[in-house]
Amino acid sequence: MNSELAIRNGTVLTADGVAEIDLFVKDGRIASIGGDHDSHTTIDANGAWVGPGLVDLHCHLREPGEEWKEDIASGSAAAAAGGFTALVAMPNTKPAIDSGHLACFITERGRQVGLCQIATAGAITMARDGKALSHLDELWEAGVRIFTDDGASVADAGLLRLAMEYLAERGAVVAQHAEDQGLSLGGQMHEGAISSLLGLRGIPALAEELVVARDLALARLTGVRYHVQHISSRGTLDLISDARAQGLPVTSEVTPHHLAFDDERVMALDPAFKMYPPLRAASDREALVAGLSDGSIDVVATDHAPHAPFETEVTFAEAPRGVIGLESAASAVMTACSLPIETFFARMSISPAQIAQLENQGRRVATGILANLVVFDPERTWTPDRFRSRSENSPFRGEALRGMVLATIYEGRVTHSLVKS
Amino acid sequence: MKHLLSISDLDRAEIEDLLTLAAEFSSVLERDIPKVPTLRGRTIATVFFEASTRTRLSFERAAKALSADVMSFAPGTSSVTKGESLKDTVLTLEATGADLFVVRHESVGAAARVAGWVNGPVINGGDGAHQHPTQALLDALTLRQRFGKLDGLKVGIVGDIANSRVARSNIDAFTKLGAQVELIAPSPLLPVDLSAFPVTVSGSLEDSLPHLDVVYLLRVQIERGSGPILPSLAEYGLRFGMNRQRLQMLPADAVVMHPGPINRGVEITADVADDPRSLVLDQVQNGVSTRMAVIFRLLGAS
Repeated sequence: MNSELAIRNGTVLTADGVAEIDLFVKDGRIASIGGDHDSHTTIDANGAWVGPGLVDLHCHLREPGEEWKEDIASGSAAAAAGGFTALVAMPNTKPAIDSGHLACFITERGRQVGLCQIATAGAITMARDGKALSHLDELWEAGVRIFTDDGASVADAGLLRLAMEYLAERGAVVAQHAEDQGLSLGGQMHEGAISSLLGLRGIPALAEELVVARDLALARLTGVRYHVQHISSRGTLDLISDARAQGLPVTSEVTPHHLAFDDERVMALDPAFKMYPPLRAASDREALVAGLSDGSIDVVATDHAPHAPFETEVTFAEAPRGVIGLESAASAVMTACSLPIETFFARMSISPAQIAQLENQGRRVATGILANLVVFDPERTWTPDRFRSRSENSPFRGEALRGMVLATIYEGRVTHSLVKS
Repeated sequence: MKHLLSISDLDRAEIEDLLTLAAEFSSVLERDIPKVPTLRGRTIATVFFEASTRTRLSFERAAKALSADVMSFAPGTSSVTKGESLKDTVLTLEATGADLFVVRHESVGAAARVAGWVNGPVINGGDGAHQHPTQALLDALTLRQRFGKLDGLKVGIVGDIANSRVARSNIDAFTKLGAQVELIAPSPLLPVDLSAFPVTVSGSLEDSLPHLDVVYLLRVQIERGSGPILPSLAEYGLRFGMNRQRLQMLPADAVVMHPGPINRGVEITADVADDPRSLVLDQVQNGVSTRMAVIFRLLGAS
């Protein structure tokens, strides 16, 4: 056989377990596992892991409406560099993704760019203003499987219940950005010793926990699949673990920055450490790292939130919330959590693909599947300093990270490679 | 000392050096011609993004007493209303010839941010609820003049501690100089976590008064950015205001201070403000000499 691409000498996460074996790709699919075939291109994966391409359940691509921060092309390039083969874009664009044709626009733009699969979440309410339901059925028909007003909570319990009832029938996921607006009002960072010292208004962990506690009661009522976005506190993790122990279909995600940093890092008032939810106390961070390792948290999601340099060259309080993360995510997670190969791919590819219902993503390597792959060296160190994203607001700039994405393959095409010959 | 951004940048010896220098400048200000030629030809920019008359005037008087020129910037009359950013504003002022910047801004860390953008030294003239270091220095000077030293003094700081940059800088300065600080406020006006503050806490002004040497009253406002923090000013005044009756509960040689501007009848009644035990006007006077000392230390050496 003449294959298009060979990936040699890697440690591969196959359907039959972890094996050191060569892979061959032809016509966009895994054509052979093992054996020896000619190939047009070869990737040397010596010392690296080879597994399903990473899947990000939570990123902001800013198109349409804020293309000076990012667009689907630049976001896709950043994703490929970070080892991702699929993204779920958040619907808080301008306009918000609250109707079928808008969802189709996002996925079609993603196809045109062709560097990874772009799915989109849909808004729960029209224009994300929390007042009336969006076109839920239309969005579902357009392929949307995750619904959220991310950037804000759906505050109205009656409206959220209604959305949950409709979406439970469909088998969609209701994902919540949990933030009680009253408790977080004017808040800039985690409420605690550091915020007290700095005189910055705090956002208590309760702002997140209160919304999650309420939503879990609504999820129990409606039977919907409920997903907590970017969890930040030990208390939220406890609420989710209790609900899961009772059999509720509840999942959650954590960001690389919440695994890597705590609120001490805000002392220097660098806007690259400003986000919602805020970096919390060291004890919260430790709980999140443990939760990701033991599976109480299902997924790492980047919450990639680009803001242009002119928007962040201001004081901390004036800076917009959010930081970029696609290009550093895998490395940041390895540095903070040292996950074994099975857990790494479970949290960063397999579980997010299942939650987003992306059937060609997050699959252990097997003959015949679409070749969506990442080659990741878990030991190699590097320090992020430049980004393919249009924005540079990264808390990992200048941080020594362990683990490096060597190559990304999307539908058999190499979309990123440091090791191609 | 390259900038003065926070009292936390100073140790006890540096604070005392500034106070000693300020005391010397106080005597300059008492001369017939209250002016020295030290900084002739240098230009000081006061960049006040937040309304202030007293602090700005005090800095400008200090600059002029050192024979420096002053460029005064206020957003109401400037390009900020046209959307010019803090960064562009200070870079423009530097290109225009400013040698030193005094920055006041409603955002925590604003002066430190400016210090990262300009070449010249920066004095924090107040950044949000974070720091107001020259206020702390002038208050320390005022207490040193009155008591000789701060070691062992018991200072009660009363009011909206959570939202006060004066409280944060004064706690740090007073304790570094050996005083003991007690915070006196209802709990919503205290920072949520006091573990990093070397202070004691009291919920009752009247319980604290008999053992205080200094009652330091903070200005209180009903509104603070994100909404009301007090049920009413009247109720606050009844519980935490200084009046004639409470003045008599203090030890005989204790004093009353306030950073101004005073809400007469809220934090302090008119008769207490004008009482000989009130140091309010000494504070204002010492503001000028203290700021002279800081500007001199940052610019005078070169």
